[in-house]
Amino acid sequence: MLRLTRGAGRRMVAGIPLLWLLLLFLVPFIIVFRISFSEVRLAIPPYTPLFAWHHGTPQLQLHWSAYSFLFTDPLYVSSYLYSLKVAAVSTLFCLALGYPMAYAIARAEASWRSLLLMLIVLPFWTSFLLRVYAWIGLLKNNGVINNVLLYLGVIHHPLALLQTDFAVYIGIVYSYLPFMILPLYANLEKHDATLLEAAADLGARPWRAFLAITLPQSFAGIVAGSLLVFIPAVGEYVIPTLLGRTDQLMIGRVLSDEFFENRDWPVASAVAILVLLLLVVPIMLFQRLERRELEVVK
Amino acid sequence: MRSRGLFTRSMLVLGLVFLYVPILSMVVFSFNNSRLVTVWDAAHSPTLKWYVALLGNQQILSAAWLSIRIALVSASAAVVLGTLAGMALARYGAFRGRLLLAGMTAAPIVMPEVITGLSLLLLFVATEQLIGWPKGVGAVTITLAHITFCMAYVTVVVQSRLAGFDESLEEAAMDLGARPARVFVRITLPLILPAIASGWLLAFTLSWDDLVITQFVAGPGSSTLPMVIFSKVRFGVTPDVNALATIMVLLVATGIAISTVWMRHRQKLRERDQQLAAAGNL
Repeated sequence: MLRLTRGAGRRMVAGIPLLWLLLLFLVPFIIVFRISFSEVRLAIPPYTPLFAWHHGTPQLQLHWSAYSFLFTDPLYVSSYLYSLKVAAVSTLFCLALGYPMAYAIARAEASWRSLLLMLIVLPFWTSFLLRVYAWIGLLKNNGVINNVLLYLGVIHHPLALLQTDFAVYIGIVYSYLPFMILPLYANLEKHDATLLEAAADLGARPWRAFLAITLPQSFAGIVAGSLLVFIPAVGEYVIPTLLGRTDQLMIGRVLSDEFFENRDWPVASAVAILVLLLLVVPIMLFQRLERRELEVVK
Repeated sequence: MRSRGLFTRSMLVLGLVFLYVPILSMVVFSFNNSRLVTVWDAAHSPTLKWYVALLGNQQILSAAWLSIRIALVSASAAVVLGTLAGMALARYGAFRGRLLLAGMTAAPIVMPEVITGLSLLLLFVATEQLIGWPKGVGAVTITLAHITFCMAYVTVVVQSRLAGFDESLEEAAMDLGARPARVFVRITLPLILPAIASGWLLAFTLSWDDLVITQFVAGPGSSTLPMVIFSKVRFGVTPDVNALATIMVLLVATGIAISTVWMRHRQKLRERDQQLAAAGNL
């Protein structure tokens, strides 16, 4: 392995970002973890300390109340399950739309590919918030979609599109589509076309060749793209707040409300820990895939 | 074979329409006279009145200025930290803390933002208690938070660029006796400059655009542009936001066009250099 810098220089190159992330990424999670075992109190900060002094000796105070509260109140359990469902369904829709798109780009003429890729990525550079907001104008009762359908005579009364599960699916698919397409494209582009030709020569129908050759080979791309959509979608806050139902909140909104509206820091922290526990396996899977991808390039 | 080509191509067209119709609708309705936003007032449109209203809106202008300053600082710091991390991960092989560094640079990319935001705020509250810093939350804490999640993206961009070209150039320079710092400035830096540039742009955009993390670590008097927009649109559509969106789309399109031309230009220069080198004229 090449030694770009020696000794002290080398330690600094790796050490500075490592230190930064330890302080501003890892330590904060430890604090969240610790506060999730506190109780609310009316003070600054609004939670009980970890140690209490009892006759001169420190005593560890661990409270399970935040967690037991989360598991006994059906509101939290249902928003957990609802978030998982929304994230899973949106990921499937994203895959169903993104896979053929990535496939078409990978098979397009070389001169078209970079233009098409740019068209996929371009919306990502414009404000995420404004793009979600645009869907309010399209989906609401006197919005563009309803007006067009009424004008065409397809419907006679406006459809309730906004503040539905459907609107959240649209919002998530719309916002995360590039994250699905890019890893899929990177994968599909590397495929060897001669395998498909050989399959065709041997008499395989296109869909059969696709199922037997392309689909299994693109498995890593499917997993990477799906994780990039699923993990952030579980904790999504903006999309369900602007487009989603008001009677069923997603867990990201619940966390935010607990913190800002109820000022219950321990419960908000416990929600964060439980979401993390849920996502730890997918996140580690994602990291492994990414590492492998980078090492393959090498 | 032909039928599947047709299917995937139609899906591609459909998907692109899906991606661009909402943006186009914002652009179109930014010129609409009606307050109702989505009902086209043909008699009095197009009009520029929402643009005029926007430019007279002091709240939006000062929020935009704050967002720009935060994004400039965050992107620049994130590029430095992210480049260091990307170098270490791509070039140092196995070192102590490598797994930790790799994990901590990949995790913020997928981490739900509410969790990152909450954890950063709780950190700032804890350090204020312990060492009296920072004094409350505001532009400084927002910037620190933005640097942290932006550097993860820069790391990935720089690392994959470094992984894409081999180390023989750097090794050759070392063999010829160049010191590590010199090798970095003369060889590595020019090679990864496109990655650094796109990393900076990416970081700027992410910082400029972030709402959720910012809301946690912002204080009174430090409302960024996304925060102002969110509080406006949360309770319905407002026409001046359409005008704002149109301006942003225009700026982004111009920026992308310029950077594409610049990248092409660099690519051509490099190809010419390679040809010259191959011809033995260098």
